Amino acid sequence: MKPFVALVIAAGLFSGVIGCSGAGPNESASTGTSGVVIRITGSDTMVNLDQAWAENYKKARPDVSVQIAGGGSGVGIAGLIDGILDIAASSRDMAPDEIERATKRTGAEPKGFTVGLDALAVYVHQDNPLEAVSMEDLAEIYGDGGHIVRWSQAGVKNAACASDEIIRVSRQNNSGTYVYFREAVLGTRRELKLGSIDQSGSKDVVALVSRTPCAIGYSGMAYAIPGVKTLRMSKKKGEAGVAPTAESALDGSYPLARPLYLYTRGNPTGPVKEFIDWALGEDGQRVVRDIGYVPVPKRSE
Amino acid sequence: MRHPITHRLALLSEPLVEWTIRICGWSAIFFVFAIFFFVFREGAPVLFRDLDLKEFFTSLNWRPDSRIQAQYGVLALLAGTASVTALAMALSVPAGLGAAIFVSEFCGRPTRETLKIVIELLAAIPSVVWGFVGYMVLNPILIWATGAPIGINILNGGIILALMSVPIIMSVGEDALKAVPDTYREAAIALGANRWQVVYKVLLPAAKNGLLAAALLGIGRAVGETMAVLMATGHSVQIPQSLLDPVRTLTATIAAELGETVEGGAHYRVLFVIGSLLMLISLVVNLSADLIVKGIRGKQNA
Repeated sequence: MKPFVALVIAAGLFSGVIGCSGAGPNESASTGTSGVVIRITGSDTMVNLDQAWAENYKKARPDVSVQIAGGGSGVGIAGLIDGILDIAASSRDMAPDEIERATKRTGAEPKGFTVGLDALAVYVHQDNPLEAVSMEDLAEIYGDGGHIVRWSQAGVKNAACASDEIIRVSRQNNSGTYVYFREAVLGTRRELKLGSIDQSGSKDVVALVSRTPCAIGYSGMAYAIPGVKTLRMSKKKGEAGVAPTAESALDGSYPLARPLYLYTRGNPTGPVKEFIDWALGEDGQRVVRDIGYVPVPKRSE
Repeated sequence: MRHPITHRLALLSEPLVEWTIRICGWSAIFFVFAIFFFVFREGAPVLFRDLDLKEFFTSLNWRPDSRIQAQYGVLALLAGTASVTALAMALSVPAGLGAAIFVSEFCGRPTRETLKIVIELLAAIPSVVWGFVGYMVLNPILIWATGAPIGINILNGGIILALMSVPIIMSVGEDALKAVPDTYREAAIALGANRWQVVYKVLLPAAKNGLLAAALLGIGRAVGETMAVLMATGHSVQIPQSLLDPVRTLTATIAAELGETVEGGAHYRVLFVIGSLLMLISLVVNLSADLIVKGIRGKQNA
């Protein structure tokens, strides 16, 4: 036992953790024989990004290892509230009651950093003739009581889909993408229609759509694969659609653009702060662009 | 002549062994009750207070994360579990028992050994791999073969679950058939029965209890399976109209949603109520099977 404690203290001193925080639970960038470990869990949209960050950060700081897990934004935020995570990755804002609970549990108000932008893309099968969709139609397809249930009602003849039925592919409710999509498309007063195919990952949604001619689905713009088509989006019916690109996400013309966050417990310190600074810096933002998301616009300060 | 100490040890060891075995036996009961107690305890606060049981069992609306009004209706999930399990059993019980009869009665030794090894290998495949097979392989095949708009549905989940239950049903069923004394077979053959008549008239009635146990273990596997059905059934909250509709099961709902719930929150507790419900379902299945077996025995004795 004793040598282990000594090792932990030594490693802690080495990485400058000890001075910043009192007890263990507040600063759990844990130390072990292999150096400092930072744990990031959460958004499935961001898992690719987190993974690429971890690999690149290893080159910059070989003494720090970054461990990544997905599961959905809800899982990350729940972990942050329970105090078992260093960083929660989230593709949605933390709800006020979640912030309150986290503050009560861990004694520090979570702090969010916008680390990139995503244009949430709407995908259909490549053989589907549909090219663009309006937010209004999307609400009628996905919303409770919505009247568009067949492709012909959406204005196309989807020859590859014999039954003409629209198969809605959605996400399980631990997904930040799901929460964002529901809010952005349906507002706060309308439910999603039940009976959608709820997938557990961003990748699964696109993979399923690529194999299902009748399907429509939504997922991060970085997940486009051969076999699917990304729809142009317009706010209102009849307007020209805008494709999800870095430019349209930045200037706000694409209606489903959203920020991607990293949340930390209170103001980050030590290795966690170094990691966040790096992710927001030039190297980290280059990774964001390489993965297919949009880097955060530089502040003019 | 034994040494007195050895003798005393021998005297002591007998009750010791007896008690060890007794504790092993009782511990099974203890663990079952302990598990039920803990699952039920997590669910109880919401069960007796906020949960509208009528809504719980009759509503189709499963919206635990609604911003407007959370709704906990499990009817669609129950229908999902029931339909997938029923289809899986309809496929796997005949196939599994048929395989058991073939392996035990009709094939030669080399065939039997090969078949047994291969089918038992089937049992060793992890359920998440089965899920992948359903999701990646069976999905496009079903779309192509049935013309359904989506291939992850009851049929897909039923086929995958059947493939998972067949090895269990076969192994247990074969053991039951093997347990029938050879004198039965010899007597039947001596009376002029052909092989099929031996199986149909003599072996099946004699091994009834064991074969029922085999089918029940298969059902247990199918009701409790989580990962494979989560991936293969489409995870879609609705009452199915046909075998080609996607559904969501009770187990898959717990697996998909427990991770994000807040400990002690209503959603968390309702998921534990679902867990208790699942335990209750298997209890009822086991009990009724037990009663059926007892009924058969009673009739035979009368």
